[in-house]
Amino acid sequence: MTAGTVPASTIPAGLNREQLLEIYYFLRLTRSLEERLVNLYRQSKVIGGLYRSLGQEGESVASAYALRPGDILSPLIRNLGSMLVRGAKPVEVLRQYMAKATSPTKGRELNIHFNDLQLGYLGQISHLGDMVPVMAGIALSFKLRKETRVGLVYVGDGATSAGAFHEGINFAAVQHLPLVVIVEHNGFSYSTPTSRQTAVERLAVKAKGYGIPGVTVDGNDVLAVYEVTRDAVERARVGGGTTLIEVVTYRRKGHAEHDDQRYQSKDEIAKWEGNDPVDRYVETLQKNGWADSTILAAIDARVTGQLDQAVAECENDPLPSIDTALTEVFANPPSAERLWFRDA
Amino acid sequence: MPELTYLEALRQGMWEEMARDERVFILGEDVGIYGGAFKVTEGFFEKFGASRVIDTPISEAAIVGAAAGAAHMGLRPVAEMQFIDFISCAYDMLTNYVATARYRAGLSTPIVVRGPSGGFVRGGPFHSQMPEAAFFHTPGLKLVAPATVRDAKGLIKAAIRDDDPVIYLEHKFLYRRIKENIPEGEDIITPIGKARIAREGKDLTIVTYSAMVWKSLEAAEQIEKEDGASVEVIDLRTLLPMDDAAIIASVKKTNRALVVHEDTRTGGIAGEIIARINEQAFEWLDAPVMRVTAHDTPIPYAPTLEDFVLPQAQDVVKAARWLLAY
Repeated sequence: MTAGTVPASTIPAGLNREQLLEIYYFLRLTRSLEERLVNLYRQSKVIGGLYRSLGQEGESVASAYALRPGDILSPLIRNLGSMLVRGAKPVEVLRQYMAKATSPTKGRELNIHFNDLQLGYLGQISHLGDMVPVMAGIALSFKLRKETRVGLVYVGDGATSAGAFHEGINFAAVQHLPLVVIVEHNGFSYSTPTSRQTAVERLAVKAKGYGIPGVTVDGNDVLAVYEVTRDAVERARVGGGTTLIEVVTYRRKGHAEHDDQRYQSKDEIAKWEGNDPVDRYVETLQKNGWADSTILAAIDARVTGQLDQAVAECENDPLPSIDTALTEVFANPPSAERLWFRDA
Repeated sequence: MPELTYLEALRQGMWEEMARDERVFILGEDVGIYGGAFKVTEGFFEKFGASRVIDTPISEAAIVGAAAGAAHMGLRPVAEMQFIDFISCAYDMLTNYVATARYRAGLSTPIVVRGPSGGFVRGGPFHSQMPEAAFFHTPGLKLVAPATVRDAKGLIKAAIRDDDPVIYLEHKFLYRRIKENIPEGEDIITPIGKARIAREGKDLTIVTYSAMVWKSLEAAEQIEKEDGASVEVIDLRTLLPMDDAAIIASVKKTNRALVVHEDTRTGGIAGEIIARINEQAFEWLDAPVMRVTAHDTPIPYAPTLEDFVLPQAQDVVKAARWLLAY
């Protein structure tokens, strides 16, 4: 790989050039995949709602990138980038949104609610905060088996108001579990601003109440998020316990595509558009001579090609057969009872 | 053969499973050095250590949630609710997260959530509940409620070995009141989903579970002696999945049925049992299917009030006589 004509300065956070470009690849993949999903949504091919992470791709990708193989994260609805970093495939995400029989959940669950514990991600449920206790349990399994693995769980600013968040982070803290809790402070939970969610200014101060370290980081600074997360993850790995990281960012789209954002100021959205994490990252790469526009354009083209292929691969997949509607509620019995008025 | 109490049988079952399978661990409030509020886990901390007998904060949602996460990773957690009344604090985690996990996400969640249920002990509104109806409605959960010493052991072992999430309702009134000879080292497994005929009869079927099995048996004896009628008592043992076949076979034999449970009436599972009898054995019935349950109130503290609100053996006798005369 060439770095262009500008002399390269030292890359921070122990990263190398290949890793920097890989991070860029995931940023671009996340944003472009969501743009494809918007097209499919407008064609009514997405069955349910569509949830964008525009403006939050940086912190999703960078924090997940700080994990190692064997670690497990649990994403929120705006952490598509984290899932992709852990190995979720764009075609799987497309199939999920389109409720295809071939999707990871066989058309049973929505959007990015799916998991692969081997690759290292556990899909969320919609009850916010619930994944904190569950991820504490996964971290507990690491501790009980004396494995040097780490769990990472994302919550939004709104979920810090939920009881499960409190119970889960307190449990992790008191058990000294290898868990990193990332609170994405993106300004809104649906339409409710953070100021109506909590009386604290900085969500990181909540860590004090649990006796764990709490840090705040600029969520649109990719390398800063990477570094802070890596430090917390590696501290957890060597027995340093739980950390809360507040990433400060902004939700530039509505809660979902149908949301008209009447409660958000246009000036504020425009201001944050000027603080876009992908643009900032590109600028950092080029300014420091770590990548030039040619190499970035080549990555963009690679992403476009992959997404073309992914859409073509699954667009015509069938919806699930009704034969699968009743199976796997339990391990045993293998199927729920088919009711008599629906006899075949 | 050593005589064990219901509580000792439960303890022995968990002990044997922990000794047999290192993936099994216990978590809950005061389960460690203290051995639990009722001493069900007494001695476990000393034997199995702090990493397998985990004292938790007062956080039922976190206890169940953490159990679920650990279970996804291949462990076999047994979560104790100090009193089963507090399981309501984990209702979301059980019904939304745990119960749906296999269907929605292909996740295996072999957890057991157990705790002391039931009244007759002057525990008042928050230490006397029967919580089964709240979970009975949720696809994805199994519910067991042993009535006997043998099943206290056999069902906890089956629950721990089951690949699905199981709520195990032990009855605190029975803990130290009933005893049975249990052969030492016998690997008792009570199959989940199978009812038991606690008493054979031909004139009336009583469908019941947990402590009400004993009140029903008492009533059946009295009716046999005083009325000369023969009453069959079905001990369900498992509430979910329910053993329809055992209920229906008995009803087809006796042509009369009474459902008895300690939980309150409205929305209690007796309604569901009666609906199933109606769907599957209507033409065999010689009388309407009736129920004896608690009254629709919180469970009061004073003995006079609790004894009035909860179903007693004499209530079962009265209802049985009404059905036999129908």
